[in-house]
Amino acid sequence: MEKRVVFRSAWLPYLLLAPQIAVTIVFFFWPAAQAVWYSFLLQDAFGSSTQFVWFENYQSLLTDSHYYDAFKVTALFSVLVAGLGILLSLVLAVMADRVVRGALAYKTLLIWPYAVAAAVAGVLWGFMFAPSIGIVTYVLKGMGIDWDWLIKGDQAMLLVVMAAVWKQISYNFLFFLAGLQSVPRSLIEAAAIDGAGPARRFRDIVFPLLSPTTFFLLVVNIVYAFFDTFGIIDATTQGGPAGATQLLVYKVYYDGVKAADLGGSSAQSVILMFIVIALTVIQFRFVEKKVNY
Amino acid sequence: MHRKLLVSALLGASLFSAGAQAQTEIVWWHSMGGALGEALNGLTNQFNASQKEFKVVPVFKGTYPESMTAAIAAFRAGNAPHILQVFEVGTATMMAAKGAVIPVAKVMTDAKEVFEPKAYLPAVAGYYTDTKGNMLSFPFNSSTVVFYVNKDAFKKAGLDPNKAPKTWKEFGAAAEKLKASGQQCVYTSGWPSWMHIENFSAWHNVPIGTKQNGMAGLDTEFKVNSPLHVRHLTMLGEMAKKGLFTYSGRTNQAEARFSSGECAMLTSSTGAQANIRRLAAGKFEWSVNFIPYHDDVKGAPQNSIIGGASLWVLSGKKAQDYRGVAKFFAFLSKPAIQMQWHTTTGYVPITMQAYEVTRASGFYDKNPGADVAVKQLTNKPATENSKGLRFGNFVQGREVIEEEMEAVFAGKKDAKTALDDATRRGNDILRKFQAANK
Repeated sequence: MEKRVVFRSAWLPYLLLAPQIAVTIVFFFWPAAQAVWYSFLLQDAFGSSTQFVWFENYQSLLTDSHYYDAFKVTALFSVLVAGLGILLSLVLAVMADRVVRGALAYKTLLIWPYAVAAAVAGVLWGFMFAPSIGIVTYVLKGMGIDWDWLIKGDQAMLLVVMAAVWKQISYNFLFFLAGLQSVPRSLIEAAAIDGAGPARRFRDIVFPLLSPTTFFLLVVNIVYAFFDTFGIIDATTQGGPAGATQLLVYKVYYDGVKAADLGGSSAQSVILMFIVIALTVIQFRFVEKKVNY
Repeated sequence: MHRKLLVSALLGASLFSAGAQAQTEIVWWHSMGGALGEALNGLTNQFNASQKEFKVVPVFKGTYPESMTAAIAAFRAGNAPHILQVFEVGTATMMAAKGAVIPVAKVMTDAKEVFEPKAYLPAVAGYYTDTKGNMLSFPFNSSTVVFYVNKDAFKKAGLDPNKAPKTWKEFGAAAEKLKASGQQCVYTSGWPSWMHIENFSAWHNVPIGTKQNGMAGLDTEFKVNSPLHVRHLTMLGEMAKKGLFTYSGRTNQAEARFSSGECAMLTSSTGAQANIRRLAAGKFEWSVNFIPYHDDVKGAPQNSIIGGASLWVLSGKKAQDYRGVAKFFAFLSKPAIQMQWHTTTGYVPITMQAYEVTRASGFYDKNPGADVAVKQLTNKPATENSKGLRFGNFVQGREVIEEEMEAVFAGKKDAKTALDDATRRGNDILRKFQAANK
């Protein structure tokens, strides 16, 4: 049977699509085109003098070692956030799936952090770990750990990774839980009868069946780490100390909005745009094939 | 029929409201939050009550960078405010924005209002005046960096609480004693670049950059990697390692650590005094002092430089509006108003006259330390190195310097490498600014 809807009229489908296309053009294509255009310009802050400088903005970026540092920081950050976020939520989902009594309460509590705005999450974690007044800092000091992320880059990184992972766990958890519940019970029971223990069953049956979900979450989490963590960075470290938590997206904001360097900032966002396009292509090329709808 | 009625009703309403506000509105975007905002509203209310023709409408637009960004966006869209409060590091950006701003001297002469640039403290006027001697913006809230001491902590460490360290040598000795007495946080500082690079340079009469610290041209270069700068930053790095210096961040976070009693010594803005006075009351005694200097440097101490903000007049409004702006500035220049602003906020009195009036009123006897900033700013006649600074895109430049300082405090770089890197990266920013403002 034909699943698709077939329109007899030639213009009706276009009309129905028009609002969505208009939104996409106004809010996505137009700003993206503007970013590309601005990335070739050199302007003063008030826009009273404009010069077309070809690839100069890109050139100065690609010769700036601090821009490469931001790449490294972003790579490390996204690997940590995606890796830890997926691992922890998988563990939590497996646990929650086994719980019989009060399962709903556990699940609800685990999903809550997703409702917290990134900036709020940043402030929350920033407070708990604040170098002089934080409650966790107090405990850490008692244990003899010199906790001061204002000056120690690795601790600052740890802090933003924790906040970002904490916020993302709920999302991952939901997907894993749904994935776990769609694993056929008969397969697990058959394996159990064949003498496979819980660990073996997870390794050979559950995890392979979860792999499409895992791969999907990997891509989503990396995109999350690239872009949506802006609020957490802005509310805590603001890229510091000494650029230790300077993510690419934060640098775009800083250079464009605070430092009024629109050309350089646009060039960076164009580069970021290409990274996202690459990530999306990967997602559609490799993930879609493996996911069973 | 209905539509006609509606149109005439609207017309009538707009005519009526136009009649009700025959006053010309002057919009002022500022960044004075909290108690400072209230003090500012007090000023505009007084002005609005003093005459009928103009009405100044103050609008709080967030932090300094936020209101500047907002104004730039508004200007590009064609609806900028009349007056914009811009912090000192944005000065070069505003000055270079030809066509976007009107020099305050021109606004005043066009409106035939009395304006005496010479009345301002040289360290204040110099910051906002171009090389030809034209004052480009109106000095409003100026501060400088001073040295706060917790007297109780000094007493506990066996130090004389009434003798704050004058030199960095004495400072080091006092810091060791404080540490030995069990003081957790010995010394911290707000605004690291402003204190330890910008004011440090002026205080020791060494340049921060070529071309009179950037005042004489856009082709300026940073000079923050001089042997003296390296020596000072090395000293701070060693203090950080020994636990004598605790880093608290790039803005004023350090102030809370002093007013809570956690840190015994602080260098930060004069603007911190109001809060310290309130928070330390009944907990500990404290004093305001000159910032320390290296006594083997010839000519030190020179004078410190200002921070804070000034008011810029943006272009594109009616001539009548600018008459109102001029009238408002003339009002703000009155010594009594200046004194009111100085005593309620803790900012520096920016004219000599305002300082004299305040002193005569006995304010400084009741609030010891409130005049330290003025004395420090006028310690000696300002030189090319201590008039102030003007670097393009210094918001970014300062951030670069602070990043490199953090690398030293964290023990990741030595002071020489860090300051060489800061100079090189800072110069890249200056060249870009120069190219964009040809």
